[in-house]
Formats: sequence, structure tokens, C-alpha cells
Amino acid sequence: MVQELEFEKPIIDLRKKIHELKEITKKADVDLSSEIEKLERRLQNLEEEIYFNLQPWDRVQIARHPNRPTTLDYIDYLFEDFFELHGDRVFGDDEAIVGGIAKYKGRPVTVIGHQRGKDTKENIRRNFGMPHPEGYRKALRLMKQADKFNRPIICFIDTKGAYPGKAAEERGQSEAIARNLFEMGGFTVPIICIVIGEGGSGGALGIGVGNRVYMLENSIYSVISPEGAASILWKDATQAKRAAESMKITATDLREMGIIEGIIPEVRGGAHHNVEEQSKIIDSVLEKALIELSHLSQEELIEQRYDKYAKIGVFFEKEPTEIK
Amino acid sequence: MLKDIFSKNKKKYATIPVTPSKSDVPVGIMTKCPECKKAMFTKELEQHFMVCSHCDYHFPIGAIDRLNLVLDEGSFVELDAQLESENPLSFPGYKEKLEKDKVKSGVNEAIVTGTGTIDNRLVVIAVMDSNFRMGSMGSVVGEKIKRAIEKADELKVPFIIFTASGGARMQEGVLSLMQMAKTSVALKRFSDHGGLIITVMTHPTTGGVSASFASLGDYNFAEPGALIGFSGRRIIEQTIREKLPDDFQTAEFQLQHGQLDAIIHRKDMKEKLSLIVELHSYGGEE
Repeated sequence: MVQELEFEKPIIDLRKKIHELKEITKKADVDLSSEIEKLERRLQNLEEEIYFNLQPWDRVQIARHPNRPTTLDYIDYLFEDFFELHGDRVFGDDEAIVGGIAKYKGRPVTVIGHQRGKDTKENIRRNFGMPHPEGYRKALRLMKQADKFNRPIICFIDTKGAYPGKAAEERGQSEAIARNLFEMGGFTVPIICIVIGEGGSGGALGIGVGNRVYMLENSIYSVISPEGAASILWKDATQAKRAAESMKITATDLREMGIIEGIIPEVRGGAHHNVEEQSKIIDSVLEKALIELSHLSQEELIEQRYDKYAKIGVFFEKEPTEIK
Repeated sequence: MLKDIFSKNKKKYATIPVTPSKSDVPVGIMTKCPECKKAMFTKELEQHFMVCSHCDYHFPIGAIDRLNLVLDEGSFVELDAQLESENPLSFPGYKEKLEKDKVKSGVNEAIVTGTGTIDNRLVVIAVMDSNFRMGSMGSVVGEKIKRAIEKADELKVPFIIFTASGGARMQEGVLSLMQMAKTSVALKRFSDHGGLIITVMTHPTTGGVSASFASLGDYNFAEPGALIGFSGRRIIEQTIREKLPDDFQTAEFQLQHGQLDAIIHRKDMKEKLSLIVELHSYGGEE
């Protein structure tokens, strides 16, 4: 059963009511079909009204939904013969990031992504999808391998952030992320990144430098979590909703700022309502992107990535004569 | 309406202490070391590169002072001073804060970039200034670094960066985050062209800055005692529910954990940088 979200409550209530009426019709000998019909029409309007006017905070909730499809869910639907590969060859295997080789429409690719757990037990094993340095180093190892064997790299981004822990600092969390940003700038294969849930700061970006970056409609990407922003701005983490509204973290915002290339529509109410359907939508975007990028030479791929990031930023440039 | 959201609760009354604080010294003449609490003549401190002569505490210094300490006198030529921050998130009070910090710090952004010479060898240098918005990285900082790297690439000279930053600039949201990618990708290209990258982390170098260009030098150095790390101490303590040791995330801690090539005392900084640059100019000098 799909867990309901706060903003969906009116829809759920109405659905319940319709269900009740239907039960009554079945049991008692009264005809309520006209009432049911009326309510169903109202339900349709209500759904449209709510799902087509999702506010940033609603999207944050969808992005964090416990049933929201994860990297491995999408890998199942999108790729054939996924072969998971483990370890950074230095310290260990971080299960907060998964990666491996697979076939996409018959073509070998490397797939990497943050991986949340489905339940508490798995979440503990995967550290709630918050990687340690060895996770980033595993990702880098697999990307270098992809570069060597000329395979496109596909990254799924879904993390609250890199893990803020003692051991992570001791093993060089900063360096691990920085190194990935640096190396991802130089790979000669297409890199396509898709934000499928939460894009939490440097921990997301650590596998997120691509020729193309897409976001699912209800995913978010931010420099700091809404809670973190709220606790800094108003010393009150419960103001997260306000922060979400002012920080420009939705797919539409990022598209407008020129950070992402496209928004991938979601099935109504969010990806968790139908993973299979959602995978088909992602599939069409991914296929098109890969075909387009396959026309670029190795040098052009590097060049295109460089130019993409070089352009990001909003600032004002005075005429040199205006400076005293 | 938005203004209401961001307004801070202002205190209605100021509290005035009954007795003047004991350590009061005439402003300017004496300076007290925040580390060992000993007072010394400001003049003397300045002669000692703003390092406490008792305990070696390195006082934070601004970008201009730093340039004077490292470069040959009169050799600095600033680049891209014409870049100024916008307010892309329409953050209330952001523009005013920028203006205030310009006055306070004497620089017009959290970084100053340019060319200069170290013992007559030309370099491109970038110096962050923690007096300006805690040295935080927004669009202008990212753009100035990118252009400085491109300049170094064009001139075929080393790129040296002194970092001092609390991380990404929150007021510019995810645009700040993307400056991490922008600067790192620029360094990668420069590096692939054989460019020499030297980073010196000064107090503090944390968050998005430590997780991008600050850690990407061919040589990563730091000043003694500098705070260097990815996540904030408070966040880590809350996450792991453990008190962290005092030396956690200091330069010395990072050296011990293999993250730095060396810690360099401020008084030796120019000499050491000069040596590194010299060691990389073998055969390449005119």
C-alpha cells in the first residue's frame, strides 16, 4: 500500500468516502450511483488540482517518500544483465553507492547510483544512502573503467548528502568528492546523470558531473537540506517548508537556472505510484540523450561538459571603465 | 511578506557590563592572542606575519595582506575585479550584506585573483578572504577562480590558491554548489595541459570549498592550526552522538590522516612556494 502524504489527505478522504458509498450500495438496497458518480468527478478535479499544483514542500515529501523507487529499482527496469561490482580497492565497499556494468539496448554501459534502503535493516546496511569516501572512490574506480573500455556512464542521484561522520572525515570525505568532480571533467565517454530523489549538496554532486543532467519532476537538488537551511536562517529546523520555498530547489528552478538539461515527467502523484511506467518515461529520455551524445567525439564530450559548467552562475560584470 | 520571514529577532535591550573587562587595552596598540591570551604589541605582531610570538597562533589575515606576504613587492596585477554578485534567489538583505562586507574587508568579493611574481617567477594567484561573507563561494567566486585557472593555462604558469572559506554561499543556493563542479572541471583541464596546481588551506577551509578546488592541488598545503574538513563539527557530533577530540579537523589532523603534503608556517610560506615553483620550472625557463 502506498503511503499517503500530507497534501494528499483530501484525495484520500474523498476516495474513502466513495469506497464507503459503494459498500453501502452493495449491502443495502439503495441506489447511490448518481452520488458516487458526482463524487468521482469531484475526485478527478481534486486530483488534478492538487497534483498539478504541487508546491516545493510537497515535492520534497514525494522525493523522500519511503516507497520512492531507488537506483536498483530503475536498474531492474532499464537495463539487462546488470552485474554489480564492489569495493574501492583501498578501504572497503560502501553500500550507500551501487555500481556495475550492464547492457542498455544491447550496448554496454556503466551504471552508478546512490542507494537507499527499503526498510530499517537495509537502511542501516546502506547508511540511508549517505556515502563515505570509499563510496565515492568505488564510483571513481568504476568510472575510470568505463572510460577505459569506452562505455557511457549513467549515474542516478539520490542522497541526503555525503555522510557527516568522524570516520568519513578521517578518510578524506572532501578529497573523495573533490577528486570525482575533477576526474568527471576529463572522461572521454558520455556521462548522463539523473536526479531521482534527493540531490543533497556535495554528496549528490560527487557522482553528478555530466554531459547531461536530468531531474525527475518531483526530485530536488540543493546546496543544503531545507531543514539545514531553516536551522541556519531562523535557528529552527521546523521552518523547513519556508526554506524549501525560498531556496529554489525544484526541477523547474534548476532548469531555469541552466543547471539541468531537462525535467523528466513523473506519473501522476509521483514515481512511487508506478515504477514500471516511470521507468518507461526515463527510458525514452535516456535513449534520446545517449543517441545525441554518441554523435560527439571524445574531445567534444569533454568540451561540451566543460562549457556546460563554465556557464553556470549568475553575476554582474561591470564595464572595465566603471572601476575606479 | 518574505521580509518578515527572514527578519531576525532583534534584542530590544542591550546589556552593559557593570565593570569594564580586565583585558581592555587601547585599541590598535596591543593585540591579544585568542589562543594563549597573551597580549603583544600590534606592530610586533605585524612584523611577525601576524603570528603570535608566544604560541605560534596564526591570526586570520585578509587577501591583500596575504598577497603582500607571498608575492614580490609591486608585482601583483588584479584580474576580474569587475565581477560582482547578483541576488539570484532574491534573498532578503543579501545585497546589503555584500555592501557591508565590502567596507569591512576592503575587498569586493570573497576572493581576489591576479598575476604576480614569486622571486621573479610569474604565477597566477587566487586568495580567498574570510572577512567577506566567511569566504563563502557564490557565483562570482567560482567564476573568478575559473578565469584565473584559464589565465594560468594561457600563460603556462603555476596556479596557486589560498583557501579560506566556510563553504558554499547559501544565499545563492544550488548555483553555489555548482561552482564546485565548475572550478574542479577547470582545474582538470589545466592539469591535463601539464599545469602546476598548488593549494594552501588556511583557517577555515570547509564544506564545498574543501570538497572541490582546495583538495585538488598537485600539492596540498595548510597553515598550522587551520580548520579543514567537510562537515561541521556540530553536525558530526549530532550525527554520531559523540564528542569529538579537540584537534579534530585541524591541519595537523589532516596531515596525520594523509590529506596534506605539508604544513607550512606563515613565515616560511613564500620561501617554500618559491622552491616548489622553482622545482617545476626546470628546463622551462627563458
